[in-house]
Amino acid sequence: MEFVRRRKIWYILSLLIIIPGLISFALQGLNLGIDFKGGNLLDIEFSQVVTSSELRAATEELKVTAQIQAAGENEFILRTTELTEEQSKAFIKGLTDKFGQLKVHRNEKVSGTIGKELTMKAIYALAIASVLMIIYITFRFEFYFGIAAVLALLHDVFVTIGIFSLFRIEVDSAFVAALLTIIGYSINDTIVIFDRIRENLRHSKKEAIEDVVNASINQTLFRSIATVLTVIIGLVAILVFGGETTRVFALAMLVGTISGAYSSIFTASPLWIDLRKMAENKKRAHAATAK
Amino acid sequence: MRWGNVVKLLVIMVIILGGSFLVFNPLLSLIDLGLDLQGGVHVLMEAQDSPGHKVTSEDMKQLQAVMRERVDELGVSEPVIQRVGENRLVVELAGVKNPEEAVEIIGKTALLEFKTSDGKTILTGKDLKDAQARINSASGEPEINLQFDSAGAKVFADVTSRLAPLPEGDPQKRIAIYLDQKVLTAPEVKDTIPNGQAVISGGFQSFDEAANIAALLRGGSLPVETKIVEKRTVGPTLGSDSLEKSKQAVIIGLITIAMFMLVVYRLPGLIADITLVVFAILVLGGLVSIKAVLTLPGIAGLLLSVGMAADANIIIYERMKDELRNGKTLRAAVEAGFNRAFWTIFDSNLTTIIAAVVLFYLGTGSIRGFAITLIIGIVANMITAILLTRSLLRVTVNIPGLRNSKLYGV
Repeated sequence: MEFVRRRKIWYILSLLIIIPGLISFALQGLNLGIDFKGGNLLDIEFSQVVTSSELRAATEELKVTAQIQAAGENEFILRTTELTEEQSKAFIKGLTDKFGQLKVHRNEKVSGTIGKELTMKAIYALAIASVLMIIYITFRFEFYFGIAAVLALLHDVFVTIGIFSLFRIEVDSAFVAALLTIIGYSINDTIVIFDRIRENLRHSKKEAIEDVVNASINQTLFRSIATVLTVIIGLVAILVFGGETTRVFALAMLVGTISGAYSSIFTASPLWIDLRKMAENKKRAHAATAK
Repeated sequence: MRWGNVVKLLVIMVIILGGSFLVFNPLLSLIDLGLDLQGGVHVLMEAQDSPGHKVTSEDMKQLQAVMRERVDELGVSEPVIQRVGENRLVVELAGVKNPEEAVEIIGKTALLEFKTSDGKTILTGKDLKDAQARINSASGEPEINLQFDSAGAKVFADVTSRLAPLPEGDPQKRIAIYLDQKVLTAPEVKDTIPNGQAVISGGFQSFDEAANIAALLRGGSLPVETKIVEKRTVGPTLGSDSLEKSKQAVIIGLITIAMFMLVVYRLPGLIADITLVVFAILVLGGLVSIKAVLTLPGIAGLLLSVGMAADANIIIYERMKDELRNGKTLRAAVEAGFNRAFWTIFDSNLTTIIAAVVLFYLGTGSIRGFAITLIIGIVANMITAILLTRSLLRVTVNIPGLRNSKLYGV
């Protein structure tokens, strides 16, 4: 299969997903959960039959602004603005008075400052991890492999953030963990292909670089697909059977993993070729002017 | 000789599988479950600077001691009470039956302050030695008798000796007693009090209320004002539900990955599956040995590392297949496959470890748990995929009946 010479198509395909996502991200950002925005999350189950509209009326009566989501039979997840301990206690008591016995499955509160710290930490983590990985890859391979690999992982980060922004999927701190795992996984996948390119380059000096890269991708293609399948199997298992709390994580990982497989095959190696060519042209132009 | 290798292979398999089944459950029971899997409370509290006082390390130590006392009152086993950064304290109580009530007890402020009329705090609960409720014999009202420590007594003596001579009715003559930012009472200072005795009276509805507050003060009133900046409670039913669901997810994920390897790679696939069992035991052992706490993201990391463990085998087997197609003998193909795959696996896994280490250092709580399981998973994966799979395959290719390349998926 021809991967390298059609690279413009693959770049365009990537951009078709990334650009709308980034526009959405720039315009409306992410649908931030309480981990980032600050606020309270309450997961309650009533012993009696309670409908969402009854619950909505009750929360309004108690003067609490809440986003209500049904999570099972007579079970609801309420997201509210930040409540003090007293307010949250009074709210639960108010609901108990109105609807009778209830079970509090989860009661979470995060203040806004914590959310900001979390976001900053995530950005630091991404930056530090990227730099360290470029250093390692430069040391083990060469600089342009490092740049291409990091570009490919940024591709996956943008795709994931973009899709979560476009579809307004709520993100929590597990999303940050997922993003960082995606970069780990994506780079892992890319390295396997780069490793094959490096090996094939050693053996064939005469062939065009496009052919060497294309052959390398083809040689590792089955492995790429098989590996992504095993990881996807694991993630789908978490998504389907893992329950509410790991859903965002599994979903983000799934998007990132698929994007990671795509970028490893279709964009990382072609980008490496283009980067190398750009560097060579620069060198040549430099040499020409020097004469 | 012919049968020697068959016997060897069978013995190894029996030892691995038998041994694994023997240690699996004991290992599993040694792993501590996180709050999200057994229910519990996670509270992050922040000590607040007040206008006259910046939070000191001493305050934080005292806050930690107070929290320990309160948690002991709850009778929780193995609570986590840890300082984070400059002015924060994490309190984690796993397995609490009634998390809401626990938060209430931990979060009780009971900040006791004595302030002069200019708003200056002269004494706080940390200067307190004892607090007792009693009924005043003259008025019949409930009151709390306080006894300050020697340093507190000295300050109290100084201030009262300064205020006592002031004319009666002068508002400056009063010392206000605040409990949780509310004025309980603001008595006038009539005489110098040299022995560190003080009385809070007039603010209580009943003797029980006074007794409760006295107990709270005795149990340790907070040295500084605190605020709960993060709180997560997980009820016991949700915890066990999450545990059941994630167990199911892991089992289904594992079985599907094992089936996949078996179908695609046949005999080597079977060997990969056996090494995956050893991999699982190594990861569990690793988690137990570092006393890791298993959380939901941790389980996700575990499943992900199983996928990556299978990847190492896939890289090796694809190499082997290449070599077989190139006409190498089975034995040579196994060796070449491993030699060539080694650096690929090493480089790709090391880059992932770099990301996981960064995640560990910058992450908190369950994200760190996730990073740790991922790191342990990758290390265990390199051991099993490279060492164990290799030796098992070396034995296998020496068994005459198992040399048909169809058995190797070619």
